[in-house]
Amino acid sequence: MGKVIVVTSGKGGVGKTTTSAAFAAGLALRGHKTVVIDFDVGLRNLDLVMGCERRVVFDFINVINGDANLNQALIRDKRIDNLYIFPTSQTRDKDALKREGVERVMTELKKDFEYIVCDSPAGIEHGALTALYHADAAIIVTNPEVSSVRDSDRIIGLLASKSRRAEKREKPVEEHLLLTRYSPERVQRGEMLSVEDVREILSVPLLGIIPESETVLKASNTGMPVILDAQSPAGRAYDDAVARFAGEQREMRFALPERRGFLRGWFGRAAS
Amino acid sequence: MTVMMASRVQGGIFTLMVVRIGDPYDPTLNRELEEQVARSPGFFAEAPVVLDLKDCLGCTAVADFTALKQLLSRHRLIPVGVQNASTLQMRAAKAVDLAPFNGAQSHARRAAVEPAPPAVERAPRAPAEPRVAAASRPRLVTQPVRSGTQIYVRGGDLIVVAPVSAGAELIADGHIHVYGTLRGRAIAGAAGDRDARIFAHRFEPELVSVAGRYLVSDAIEPEHLNREAQVALIDDRLTILPGWSRS
Ligand SMILES: Nc1ncnc2c1ncn2[C@@H]1O[C@H](COP(=O)(O)OP(=O)(O)OP(=O)(O)O)[C@@H](O)[C@H]1O
Ligand SMILES: [Mg+2]
Repeated sequence: MGKVIVVTSGKGGVGKTTTSAAFAAGLALRGHKTVVIDFDVGLRNLDLVMGCERRVVFDFINVINGDANLNQALIRDKRIDNLYIFPTSQTRDKDALKREGVERVMTELKKDFEYIVCDSPAGIEHGALTALYHADAAIIVTNPEVSSVRDSDRIIGLLASKSRRAEKREKPVEEHLLLTRYSPERVQRGEMLSVEDVREILSVPLLGIIPESETVLKASNTGMPVILDAQSPAGRAYDDAVARFAGEQREMRFALPERRGFLRGWFGRAAS
Repeated sequence: MTVMMASRVQGGIFTLMVVRIGDPYDPTLNRELEEQVARSPGFFAEAPVVLDLKDCLGCTAVADFTALKQLLSRHRLIPVGVQNASTLQMRAAKAVDLAPFNGAQSHARRAAVEPAPPAVERAPRAPAEPRVAAASRPRLVTQPVRSGTQIYVRGGDLIVVAPVSAGAELIADGHIHVYGTLRGRAIAGAAGDRDARIFAHRFEPELVSVAGRYLVSDAIEPEHLNREAQVALIDDRLTILPGWSRS
């Protein structure tokens, strides 16, 4: 049975879609058959970030409504074996996520895939609740600022009360905190919360720290998950996070300001 | 917030539950109430509730409110008022003795059952004796209390051995103990018990209240923050005591 991972945050624009793409790609690269689903009905960003927007015929809502079957809607990634993208509709809204339909689709996907990564919309309304409902694990994407932390806290509460696991009184949803858009320099200047601050407030195990990096925007503009960019600090940080998710031990990098010149290369290697 | 009036009429702050009404004739409402009440029957028995009509387009006829009152009383809930009512809804509600409550705060809240803003109860007959909480089992919470969550222990103490987030709310008719960081709100002695206290291992609350007296974080001296503290009513003043001192 496949494992459902929801990528969620409460607050918008913190890096959920970037993270969903990176995680799905990272898990597939490790040989796991993985599908990434866009729950952000009406916006449809995931297919752009994954670079498959021109191959979309049918979408999540078509399948929920029975207008198409899964095989017709799933898009196979051209670069990575084992990776499939399940795009959403741009013309509908989140109310189109009918409970029974979503349930049926998830059950079917769980038979076929090892990992089902769900890119949640922002907010705590129907779309976000539907995305988190089926979760076995949650990646809580948080930026180091007070409002993002507060919203993450709210989402963690909803995972504990509104998920299928909570409803059925099963083992609670596995929680992983992912700090994204982290800038050690700004933390040092006191403009952002530190890793320790955020961990202390949320008391959820830390899966990784993704540094703020221009390469993220570049990657998404070219439709390539940033994890494929070995030159990108954010890409390497995502690779670490996926490895930890898979149970590997990796040193926590990117929490401190980068060193300059040759020291920087040395530091990166020494810490990895 | 406590309003003093003529000798026989006294004010007091009470925490009320809010039931959100969409379509009053929607059969799922009955089921949801049943589930809620079944989960903690003692908590809901004979509890006064306010109906939130923010999402309700109907409910403009007296008959709608009569039906709602009947439905709620079947679950042993006692409707006392409405909030977020339109003019038409308000007129119908008044006809069945439901009072208007100001629900400005409730817009931001989302839980199915949530507290109303402190309401002033008018007691036209006897001067209001502080209701001393009936002894009941304390409640132990071992998981972090997250933003947007409310925990209410009716008639007893609340003990939390985890952090309480900003945006979370603890309410108890007895004492409140937090063996973690208290960043949210803590309301002890919610039924009027003036001996109730709040204890926090690390004190950074948004608001603390005992028997209706309250302090917001702005009004708390910084010297008390980020350390152990307790809150008690002493000589009718809400007082913060550093650490675990006895007086
Ligand atoms: N580590 C990072 N460094 C720099 N920019 C980033 C980083 N992560 C995300 N971004 C940028 O932030 C913006 C929002 O990212 P993304 O779309 O992944 O967020 P989201 O949480 O999915 O947003 P929404 O809530 O709108 O769905 C994008 O422009 C993205 O390129
Ligand atoms: Mg997104």
